[in-house]
This record gives sequence, C-alpha cells and structure tokens, in this order.
Amino acid sequence: MSLLSVENLHLQFDTDEGRITAVEDVSFELNEGEVLGLVGESGSGKSVTAKSLMQLNPSNAVYGPESGIHLELDSGIVEVLSLKKSQELEIVRGGAISMIFQEPMASFAPAITIGNQMVEQLLIHTSLSKKEAAELSVEMLERVGINEPAKRFFQYAFELSGGMRQRAMIAMALSTRPKVLIADEPTTALDVTIQAQVLELMKDLVKEFGMAILFITHDLGVIAQVADRVSVMYLGKIVESGPVREVLHSPVHPYTKGLLNALPKLDALDEPLTPVPGDIPSPLERPPGCVFHTRCPEVIADRCNASIPARADVGHGHAASCFAIKDMEEAA
Amino acid sequence: MTETPLVHIDNLNVEFPLGRKLLGKPPMLKAVNGVSMDIMPGQFYGLVGESGSGKTTLGRAILKAVPISSGKILFDDGDVSYDLVTISQTELKNYRKLAQLIFQDPYAALSPRMTVRDIIAEPLEVMELTKSRDETDERVREIAAKCRLNLEHLRRFPHAFSGGQRQRISIARTLVCNPDFVVADESVAALDVSIQADILNLLKSLQNQLGLTFLFISHDLSVVAHICDHVAVMYLGTLVESAPTRKLFANPRHPYTKALLSSIPSLDPDDSKKAQKLEGEIPSPSNPPSGCKFHTRCIFAEDRCRQEVPVWRELSDKHSVACHFSEKLSAAS
Repeated sequence: MSLLSVENLHLQFDTDEGRITAVEDVSFELNEGEVLGLVGESGSGKSVTAKSLMQLNPSNAVYGPESGIHLELDSGIVEVLSLKKSQELEIVRGGAISMIFQEPMASFAPAITIGNQMVEQLLIHTSLSKKEAAELSVEMLERVGINEPAKRFFQYAFELSGGMRQRAMIAMALSTRPKVLIADEPTTALDVTIQAQVLELMKDLVKEFGMAILFITHDLGVIAQVADRVSVMYLGKIVESGPVREVLHSPVHPYTKGLLNALPKLDALDEPLTPVPGDIPSPLERPPGCVFHTRCPEVIADRCNASIPARADVGHGHAASCFAIKDMEEAA
Repeated sequence: MTETPLVHIDNLNVEFPLGRKLLGKPPMLKAVNGVSMDIMPGQFYGLVGESGSGKTTLGRAILKAVPISSGKILFDDGDVSYDLVTISQTELKNYRKLAQLIFQDPYAALSPRMTVRDIIAEPLEVMELTKSRDETDERVREIAAKCRLNLEHLRRFPHAFSGGQRQRISIARTLVCNPDFVVADESVAALDVSIQADILNLLKSLQNQLGLTFLFISHDLSVVAHICDHVAVMYLGTLVESAPTRKLFANPRHPYTKALLSSIPSLDPDDSKKAQKLEGEIPSPSNPPSGCKFHTRCIFAEDRCRQEVPVWRELSDKHSVACHFSEKLSAAS
C-alpha cells in the first residue's frame, strides 16, 4: 500500500443554490519521496481535493459514502475521513501532513513573529522544549536559504519579501517532519525569477527529507519541472493521469491536449494559440455524461453527453477517461 | 524611420513622495526613472518586468493617470498631437477618448449593479460621444459583436458571466469610444490558460480590425512573445533592454533579460535550465543600488557596474540595451 491513497472521493457543498458537486470519483495514490502534480483550471476541484486530506473544507462539505482517504503511518493506517474531533485530526493536520498555501502573507498571522508561529506548532506536534523548538526553527529557516535566520526569527511576516515569506512558510511546514506536504499553488504569487528559486529549493528538500509532495498548480510548465506524476483535473474529475513525461509529451485526453495547445510556447512563436473552445461551465450547470463534452473538439454525438467514460489505460501507468481512447483501442 | 511615433517618451521620471516631512522635501521613490521609448502606430508593444519594476506606473503615466515628475511624453496620431506634460484640462478630455485602459481583474473592474449594456455604454454617455439613446445602443451592439458577446448578454448583470466573458465585456467597454491607443495592464493574468489564449487572439484580431496600437503590460514572457511585435524589459524603474520580439528572445543582450528567459519553467521535464538562475530578490525601489541597478544580482557584475550607470544605447536597428558589457555577453553565450 502506498503512503497516501484516495479512493472514490466524492465531495459536495451545500449552498443556497443547492448541492454543488466539487469533486467526483477522484482516486489517486502518493508514494514516499514522490511529487504528484495536480493540474487544473479554477473550479476544477484541485484545492478542495487537497483540503479533504486534512478535512479542512468548510462545514457545508458533504463527503460521499464511498469516499476513502487512507494514510499509512508507522503507528498504523489512519482513515482520515472517519476522524471527527479536532484532537484526533491533529495526527494529520500539521502532524503527518503539512500544507503551504498560495498567498504567504495571508497564511502567517500578521501580529505574531515568524519565530513564535514556528515554535507554537512545534510545541503542539512534537515533544521538543521551547528552546529546542526555537533552535530547530532557526535551523530550518537557514536550510531554506533565508539569510540571517536568527534575525528573521524575530521579525513579522510584513518585514519579509514575497519570496522570503514563501521560504519561511516552507521551513515552517517542514519543521514537523511531515510525511506528506501539500503545496497549493506555492509559486503562483511569485515572480518568475523567485519562482525558479523556490522550485529548485522544493526539489532539493524532497531529496533530503524523503517526503511526498502533492503539488497543486495551474501551470503545466511548473509541473514539468517538479512533478514525477501528474493528474489533470477538470470540473471535479481526474480526466488524465500518468508519468509527467508521458502526459506532457503524448497527452491522450482532449482536455489535456487543448490545455497544451492553448499555452504560449517560447520555442514555437509562429504557431497560433488555439484556445479550448467555450467557457468553463458553472458548477451549478454540471454537464451530464463526460464533463468535458461541452467544449470537446472530439465529441461523439449521443454518447459523450449520455454516459460517463471509464478510465482507460494506455500503458506505462498512463490513463485517461475518454470514449475516443476506447475507440482507438478497439480500432487497433 | 520617417514615421512619427504614436507615443514618444523621452527621459521620463515618475516619483512618489515617501511619507511627509515637516520641513523640506520628503525622500522620493523613483517608480519610473529615465525611461525613453517610442511606440509606433499599429504596434503591439510589450512591457515586461517583475512586480515592483514600475511597468504599471509607466503605463499610467502615458494615460496621464499619475503625475509626471519630469521628462516628455508626446502623443501624435496624425490628426492631433498632445504634449502630456503641459496638456490642458479640455485637451485631456479629448485625449481620454483616444487613449484607454483595460484592467487586470475582470471581477473587480465591472460594477455588479449595472447591466452589461450600461457598462459598455457608460463611456459613450460620459464623453458625450453619441447624441441619442438609439445611437448609443447601436454603437454598443456593434462593439459587443466585435468582442463576441451576443445581444442576450447585454441585458444581464456581470455576475452571470465567467472570467473570460467578463474580460470580453471589459474590452468592449474600453473600445466603445473608438480609441487609437490602448494600455492593457496584465489583461490576461487573472484568466485560466484555456481562456487566456482566446482573449489574446481576440485582442490581436481587434487590433487588426480597428487599427489599434497596444501597450501590453505583462509579467508573463511567453504571452508577450506570442502577441507583441516589440518588447521592452523593465527593472527597478528603468528600461534594461528593448527590441523587436524575435530579436529579443533569440538574442537577449542584457543579463537580466537572459535570466528572465531562463527562469520560465519549460514544458519539457528533461530540460531543466540550470544555467542562469538568478540569486537574491529585486531590491527595494525606495533604496535602489548604485550604478547599474541590476548589479546586485548580476553574475557578470564588475566594479564599473557598481559605480557607473550604464547608458541606454542602440546596439543594432531598434535593439537598445543598458549594459556596459553587452558585446562581451553575446560573445560569451
């Protein structure tokens, strides 16, 4: 069994306009020392999927009865969705799983020093004394490439630059030695030159700490540079998944192909940009059948809008859910 | 070049006071520092840089939306010409009809209490460009069709629309008064990839149809590479390099441009461009480094760079750079 496995995750939200499906039948596994990329546009359900791993979704979230999230720890297997009390949830929240968010300014408390915030979580999750926790925090700040870590320890989040804040966030997330790190768009708010630095740092840290990373982003370029495997999400479903090279070099799902064609590429300036036709449907008007059929250039009439395509394996651990692929197989 | 530029900028400075001082002048933050550029009619002019580089301030200065401290901005579309430093209030009113802005965030830019028709019609009414309601409606319908909005959309409110549709509404409002010159400030940054390409294609086709000139401000080099004819790179308030797009991307002559290009994550997992990762971060504009502003992060920096501000000079046709060692740099690569 792998470190983390998510099976048939269904997630809906109760709202004034009715029950909205955010995640539908999502399954994936994450192994030790592996970086799994989760790509998708806004509203694809990638962030809520990640938050489910720690039950961080708001109280109007309804998990489907079939949904299962298992985490294999030294102490045994934890069924995350069965944990109810916040005390029980401490095993995963900040314990086995840490999370870094997109906007580091919003993730740090503005009126507490960086150091105090780092020490606080260490006191909750480890048996370290206050002094040891402080020493470890400074060490971690240094490890993520922050200069003058002893000085930064006593500073507030607003005194740090964007890149520095994100580094501090990473230091804080890693200081409890989590098994899994969830990184939700960690570099989106950063400039490209700083993004390159942070990505480099994260790659080094995976090697050093041997943890698993669930890396959420909308940027396929970032995925190409950090992830080992990738899952592409659209309207709450994983439409394609597989090793990064396979998926990016030979995508099979029309949505993945469309995303790659829509991306401006520096080495092909003459090629026109081909947008994915249409707009992302509102979550209130979820299309029946294959969720992508309203925008799909390869749509099969009377079929894609009627039934949901099953996952089809195309080899090398690369799979996608699309009727067109099935037909390809049958033709071959 | 005999053609006159639509926008001619010469040694422009925009400064903001840092706090107040009881006696004397407060220290000034130089948001735009000695920028010179020419935007030709019909050009899609790209302006790139990291946050804090002053690209938005420069765009706003051209629209006379921030006070100009010193320097020159001339606007000349062949019929009328304005000197934006000495422009009078009445002239400014006319200038506003010719130069317009598209905002970054289509969620914040549209009033939730107005219908799409009213949003698009508002500039016409404010500028008194149409005489009757019928004329206004006709103009709104015409521009809406060009921006691929249908008539049924015009009766609805912005909340009913997705990000891409909102950005099209926002573009329609900008173009309804028939401007010559449009500043698009990070106009696709808030959009998803699959929608972004659609808006870029729309901007390009509108430019061809309506003969517009664009100043396209973006932090995304690959977007700029695709849509712009000419690109200028900004760092801490100054231009470091400016060239026709292809020249700039094929043969960057400033170490900062080079580093920016190699920082873009490649789609090929096997191509990890380790070569030129920039160290450190962009210094604070309130306390910029001496000499060449980039020397604190430049791997080629020498003593000369710390003392002497590099001159903005033309290397070859339309390719200008501000670096002491551009010749050496191109030989090294």
